[in-house]
Amino acid sequence: MGRRKRRTGQLGYHLMMLPGMAFLVVFSFIPMLGIVMAFENYIPTKGIFGSPWVGLDNFQYMIQIPDSWDILRNTLIIAIGKIFFGTLVPIIFALLLNEIRLKWAKKTIQTIVYLPNFLSWAVVAAIVINVFDYSGPINNILQGLGLHPIMFLASNQWFRKVMIGTDVWKNFGYGAIVYLAALTGIDPGLYEAASMDGANRFKQLLHVTLPGILPTVMLISALNLGSILNAGFDQIYALYNPIVYETGDVIDTYVYRVGLLGQQYSFATAIGLLKSVVSFALLISANKLSIKFANMRIF
Amino acid sequence: MIRSKSFASRLSDAIIWIILLIMTALCFFPLLNMVSISFSGSTAAQANQVGLWPVDFNLESYSMLFKDSQFWHAFLVSIERVILGTGLNMILSVLLAYPLSKSKSQFSARNIYMNIMIFAMLFSGGMIPLFLVVKGLGLMNTIWALVLPGAVPIFNVILLMNFFKSIPDSLEEAAMMDGASKPTILFKIYLPISLPALATISLFAIVGHWNDYFSGLLYMNSAANYPLATYIQQLNVDMSKITDPSQLKALASVSDKTLNAAKIVVSIVPVLMIYPFLQKYFTSGLVIGSVKG
Repeated sequence: MGRRKRRTGQLGYHLMMLPGMAFLVVFSFIPMLGIVMAFENYIPTKGIFGSPWVGLDNFQYMIQIPDSWDILRNTLIIAIGKIFFGTLVPIIFALLLNEIRLKWAKKTIQTIVYLPNFLSWAVVAAIVINVFDYSGPINNILQGLGLHPIMFLASNQWFRKVMIGTDVWKNFGYGAIVYLAALTGIDPGLYEAASMDGANRFKQLLHVTLPGILPTVMLISALNLGSILNAGFDQIYALYNPIVYETGDVIDTYVYRVGLLGQQYSFATAIGLLKSVVSFALLISANKLSIKFANMRIF
Repeated sequence: MIRSKSFASRLSDAIIWIILLIMTALCFFPLLNMVSISFSGSTAAQANQVGLWPVDFNLESYSMLFKDSQFWHAFLVSIERVILGTGLNMILSVLLAYPLSKSKSQFSARNIYMNIMIFAMLFSGGMIPLFLVVKGLGLMNTIWALVLPGAVPIFNVILLMNFFKSIPDSLEEAAMMDGASKPTILFKIYLPISLPALATISLFAIVGHWNDYFSGLLYMNSAANYPLATYIQQLNVDMSKITDPSQLKALASVSDKTLNAAKIVVSIVPVLMIYPFLQKYFTSGLVIGSVKG
């Protein structure tokens, strides 16, 4: 009796899982089967099963063309820049905000800095284009300082920097939430003990606050490792143009532009596959490392 | 906390305030500038004379916007997408999170399902195979292409699952004693106490659907079907950028700066309206979910 009751209970659980799993099968797992396209010369009219098999030709071609190396370099530079400054700035912001005792001011500041995170890159791109315009506010300031105006979004020298900077701008407030939570978790007794021992504010920061948020910092950094080949499609696609393909084209924009618009389905799928495999391997290792060293699991 | 009010301490307080105010201003001013442009005269806007306050204040661009049927159509597509997409996301999230919140002894296949979901979250077939599946199912140019591929927000499911896990088992046992069935327990007990978590993930779903411009670009062949975010993104592609003939069509009518600013401002309004109400939930909800995960 007891056993049967447990079984029927479990059937209910399976039934609840069913609709979600069905969607995952159709929109996650069936596309994974599409990966075989990377090993063939996919011809839309012949379909996946009818297209000729070419083995590793697509991958060989990828290694041969110089585009690939530019794209890999762009992706890594932009992604690493975003990960580095996108971790550093939220931490600094959280540390500064944590020093403020005025509750309402803290709340107001938080509300304002979280906001850009909730805007679409389509909207933020419009704002960025406006701010970095040739006769826009930033160039006005530059001219005020006696410098020459710069075409930021059409300059191979500046494009990546603008991408990293605007991404940090959009996300630092929101990114600080986790660190602010970690800061409130630090035992106030530690600060009292430290100040008894004569530690000033800077010493307290160094010996109490930073060690207190270190596990969180490590966890977030490990998590970010998986996105090292994700330079941020939405942002770059909304802001780039042919002049800056040289420095701005990243894996995802290239896959869309050459693969989908240029209809080189197989070649682009091969690039996408390589990216998925590397990202997956990085995340799995990051998870292993964080379990081993920080005793925290990402998933 | 004990704080001496020494000169050094006051000085560092002042520096902290200044840096924080600069950071806040940097987040706020670009948005304010966009709002000001939308309320300014078009000559002043074209000449980049608008700063933080409107120049030649007028409502011309908003009255023009009111008559722009394509904008409102895109707006409606986005509303439709948010309602369908968020509804589906929430139903599936709850249905997946509840069984997954059970222990392995209560639900023996739990870990298998969990691994399937984590694998689907971390690994993907990529943009092109997914595009071909959506196309093969005949979803192109329909609202379903925007809603169905992202029907299961796995990250949100995990957040909700962790919240459900924190609900004591004894609550469920007591309800079962009283003869409550599984669905009754889920809807009458779990969901009401999970309101903060539900508010958090519904905010993520709403904002995610509202803001996504790429799936509109990917799955809609005609600009007439674009959701609002895609419509706004197309405004950014100004004349100087065009080399791609497929974009020319969408840019046939290049509107003026104040009108575009008004479109952007109006497109932000829905997010601005829900965000402050849910802010208190997402800070707690997000932290609970991510730190325990």
